[in-house]
Amino acid sequence: MPMREILILIVGLTAVLITASLVAGILSWRAPKPLPSTLINLNQRINAWWVMVLAITVAFFFGRHGMTILFALISFAALREFVTLTHTRRSDHWVLLGMFGIIIPFQYWLVWTAWYGLFTIFIPVYCFLLMPAITALHGDTERFLERVSAQQWAVMISVYCVSHVPALLTLEVPGFEGRNLLLIAFLIIAVQGSDVLQYIFGKLFGRHLMSPKVSPSKTWEGLIGGLVASSLLGALLSFLTPFSPLQAAGVAFIACLMGFLGGLVASAIKRDQGVKDWGHLIEGHGGMMDRADSLVFAAPVFFHTVRYFWT
Amino acid sequence: MSKLGTRTFTMLQTVTSVGLSALAWAVTGVRPIWNGSQPSDRQRIYFANHASHGDFILLSACLSEKERARTHAVAAADYWGKSRLRRFIAQDMLSSVLIHRQWTDEAQNPISIMLSVLDEGHSLIVFPEGTRNMTDQPLLPFRSGLYNLSMARPDVELIPCWIENMSRVLPKGQFVPVPLLCRVVFGAPIAIAPGEERRAFLDRARETLLALNPRPPAHDAEKWNPVFRKTSCDP
Repeated sequence: MPMREILILIVGLTAVLITASLVAGILSWRAPKPLPSTLINLNQRINAWWVMVLAITVAFFFGRHGMTILFALISFAALREFVTLTHTRRSDHWVLLGMFGIIIPFQYWLVWTAWYGLFTIFIPVYCFLLMPAITALHGDTERFLERVSAQQWAVMISVYCVSHVPALLTLEVPGFEGRNLLLIAFLIIAVQGSDVLQYIFGKLFGRHLMSPKVSPSKTWEGLIGGLVASSLLGALLSFLTPFSPLQAAGVAFIACLMGFLGGLVASAIKRDQGVKDWGHLIEGHGGMMDRADSLVFAAPVFFHTVRYFWT
Repeated sequence: MSKLGTRTFTMLQTVTSVGLSALAWAVTGVRPIWNGSQPSDRQRIYFANHASHGDFILLSACLSEKERARTHAVAAADYWGKSRLRRFIAQDMLSSVLIHRQWTDEAQNPISIMLSVLDEGHSLIVFPEGTRNMTDQPLLPFRSGLYNLSMARPDVELIPCWIENMSRVLPKGQFVPVPLLCRVVFGAPIAIAPGEERRAFLDRARETLLALNPRPPAHDAEKWNPVFRKTSCDP
């Protein structure tokens, strides 16, 4: 395990979180009591960040096993949130059970055994065709297309896309052997950092709403500031990767742009379904998908960028 | 009903209760939403919508351990008393109160059985629809038990509890639950108004429970409770 880089990451992330907690603590200390809800929420969010960073760090030390299990659990939580929001009928019971009981374990088993060929087509080909067939065999045709489409979306987003994060461990980049965990760290820090940076730039300089119908808080200033800053962050983190600083900035830019689009699509789904959050798993943030939406869109594109240009 | 005098939890019941609550959380991530009432030591009758065997497990998983230990679900004797296994599950594991929906013998009078449990200081979970709702209606008309109980013991709080999604997690006739998120919304207590008729009260209780549903099934987002709507996307 590349201990030197891991140590730098842990020290860096701890420093960022301590700074955030200190700032929020000072703001809370100076604010009128009882605390306004935005500050309570900020404190909850920062506390949840501590827990999330800790969870990923622990999984990190368990290497390939830890990462595969962690992301299988993330898929479970995300799929549960997704399916909860969709229209299901009693006749969907077995298909839904199969999504949790067969598709998640099998997809992550494919990741674990590095069976690339089947990993890329298992869900988009076999599940895509067999799931609606099972639904049709049940004979319940009410809102059929809507139901099967939502099921497809649910597994594509929450299982297929998410599984591309641990799949980074299966890539064989020449001269980078044994260090693939750092690629996961790079992706997560860049994408989640970009979410935070877009939020900060949006709060500081946001004037022009980007898509008020979809999201009340996404602004052009936030997007541009966040993307530039996270590309710089990517360049700064190039020591984790097989990329040069310039390449790292470019890859981070693409991943963070995809992450932004992921957040936008997730917001549109929430709007359509009339809910505020995907769920209530992470205190202050909402559900797993509220936090993972950007990673979901970024992971497959990042995976294939690295696979195409570096292996 | 031989065990009326000894309604403290046995070892088996405690283990079952902790185990089922943990399972309910793992499968449904269940979370209570106290919307008008708060957890308290007061004796209560929780009344809820009913579509699945999992309903009462979900509801009790939302209660504190102390409250859970003194809260008993009321279940139908003609279903749960049918075989020795069912009776064992209902009484020895889940410590439910079994009542007969059709009764002739005065000793089987469901109201007196429930009142005797209340008089021992316990809380009850009742499903006033009287059966699992398998229709497309969100809630069936209420049967009279709730009114009779409240007339007889006006000091016991009636708490409406909307159980979300459980009918999708474990539909009738299925035994393996699908993991879906569930919430239980606890509303403000209701009481019989002075001079209120039986039917009027039961309908009002039903409306109160319906109004707690955070996402009514009508595909009409505008009508949904605004508390649960505003979209957020901050990191």
